[in-house]
Amino acid sequence: MDKLLVSPSPHLHTKTSTKSLMRDVVIALLPAVVVSVLFYGWSELLVLGVSVASCVLLEYLITKYLLKGACTIGDWSAVITGVLLALNLPATTPWWVVFIGAVVAIGVAKMTFGGLGQNLFNPAIVGRVFLLISFPTYMTDWTKPQGFICNALADGYTGATPLGIAKEGGVAAVEGLDYMDMLFFNIGGSAGELSAIALLLGFAYLLIRRVIRPYITLSILATVAVFSGIFWAINPAEYTDPLFNLLTGGLLLGSIFMATDYVTSPMSNWGGVIFGVGIGLITMLIRYFGAYPEGVSFAILIMNSVVPLINKWCHTKKYGR
Amino acid sequence: MGKFQLITKGLIKENPTFVLLLGMCPTLATTTSAINGMSMGLATLFVLVLSNMAISLTAPYIPDKVRIPSYIVIIATFVTLLQFVMQAYVPDIYETLGLFIPLIVVNCIVLGRAEAFANKNGVLDSALDGLGIGLGFTCSLTVLGLVREILGSGSAFGFKFIEGDGILAFVLAPGAFLALGYLIVIFKKLTSKKAE
Repeated sequence: MDKLLVSPSPHLHTKTSTKSLMRDVVIALLPAVVVSVLFYGWSELLVLGVSVASCVLLEYLITKYLLKGACTIGDWSAVITGVLLALNLPATTPWWVVFIGAVVAIGVAKMTFGGLGQNLFNPAIVGRVFLLISFPTYMTDWTKPQGFICNALADGYTGATPLGIAKEGGVAAVEGLDYMDMLFFNIGGSAGELSAIALLLGFAYLLIRRVIRPYITLSILATVAVFSGIFWAINPAEYTDPLFNLLTGGLLLGSIFMATDYVTSPMSNWGGVIFGVGIGLITMLIRYFGAYPEGVSFAILIMNSVVPLINKWCHTKKYGR
Repeated sequence: MGKFQLITKGLIKENPTFVLLLGMCPTLATTTSAINGMSMGLATLFVLVLSNMAISLTAPYIPDKVRIPSYIVIIATFVTLLQFVMQAYVPDIYETLGLFIPLIVVNCIVLGRAEAFANKNGVLDSALDGLGIGLGFTCSLTVLGLVREILGSGSAFGFKFIEGDGILAFVLAPGAFLALGYLIVIFKKLTSKKAE
């Protein structure tokens, strides 16, 4: 009877594994990837390719030669980090800047802390924020490269993101923008900011497959809507309206794919709500009053750092007590 | 402990930055370039040697209850001296280091050596101890500054070897923490190998 395994409960088994969950996230990211490649063309393919390849390669090299432990690239998490990092960058980013971002994301933010499951901060966002403060010229260069399908509507607005325009010129500067444009193919920005519909498709897929729970995403979006709604109601000439804030920038990408990262978000549902409200508030504070036009990545990083505290407050009750 | 060991222990075994993790404020804030790091280290070295000597001489006469304030007065004297000297002869570096020169008064390395070593050892030993720890601090700050300067602005000791900017984050505060963290890792790795 030496094959008898004694393990603590729960004894239920499911087919779900880290690998299958991560693969689902990659599938959910596909619409956004396809849209970004269609609109940004070869340069976006290059950014995506370099990002994913270097993330996976770095994780392989670090686990094999530096840590000399089990190789963890089979769990797809490095692929997700690579795709998310690429979607967070302008399509015009030079390949070596993307590579540095991958080094910071995988090497610093993930493997230094002990790999998947131990990292305090979302690796892709750490990579992005590091690049943003290191190479501000490359990271805010939104000139639109030639895509596979042309979109005539967007041509007039190249050069800055809607949020950037709003920061510079106030509300009047963005009055001409059409919300339907933003919904289907956003006007200038990182690859992942391009299409709200593609991101929402991914969100729906994740929900249906029960990969993520909706609490974090919805509380971020609700907070942003309510906060900007209040300010917009008080002074519509000074502050941008809620729909504009929901559709522009990296808000959807961040709230759907990055804030919901298992490792760096709170465990309980109520914890997720607190986490989401915090992200929404910080995002809007940065957008309205901060120096940067967009604050989603900073907001997620700040809230990532308080996740252990949130987990402490929001214990799930032990069964039977 | 031999006289020579008093100096060398500050470099490796009791390196104030990489092993004892003391004086983190000037370490992180002033090491934006190798020159800045080195001048901060040398400034601390100067104060450390002199205050160690003065404290080891006066320690028998200072009542135990007021020793910390007394040490601070002694250290502050030398810092003020240093401040005037730097202002007169190296005004550029004085400008860059700015507030961090007067802050040497509350640098925990200086006070730590006074409390842990100088007040129970002779003048010569205390001076050598100050010299060793000061050299260790200077070396670590120079290395940290050099790493940050190479990565952050693409130059070494002020000589540029690439066009344009480097990875700007390394000149800013986050890069200071990153560079320091990884240097500690490398230092631990190297010294632990030696011990085996």
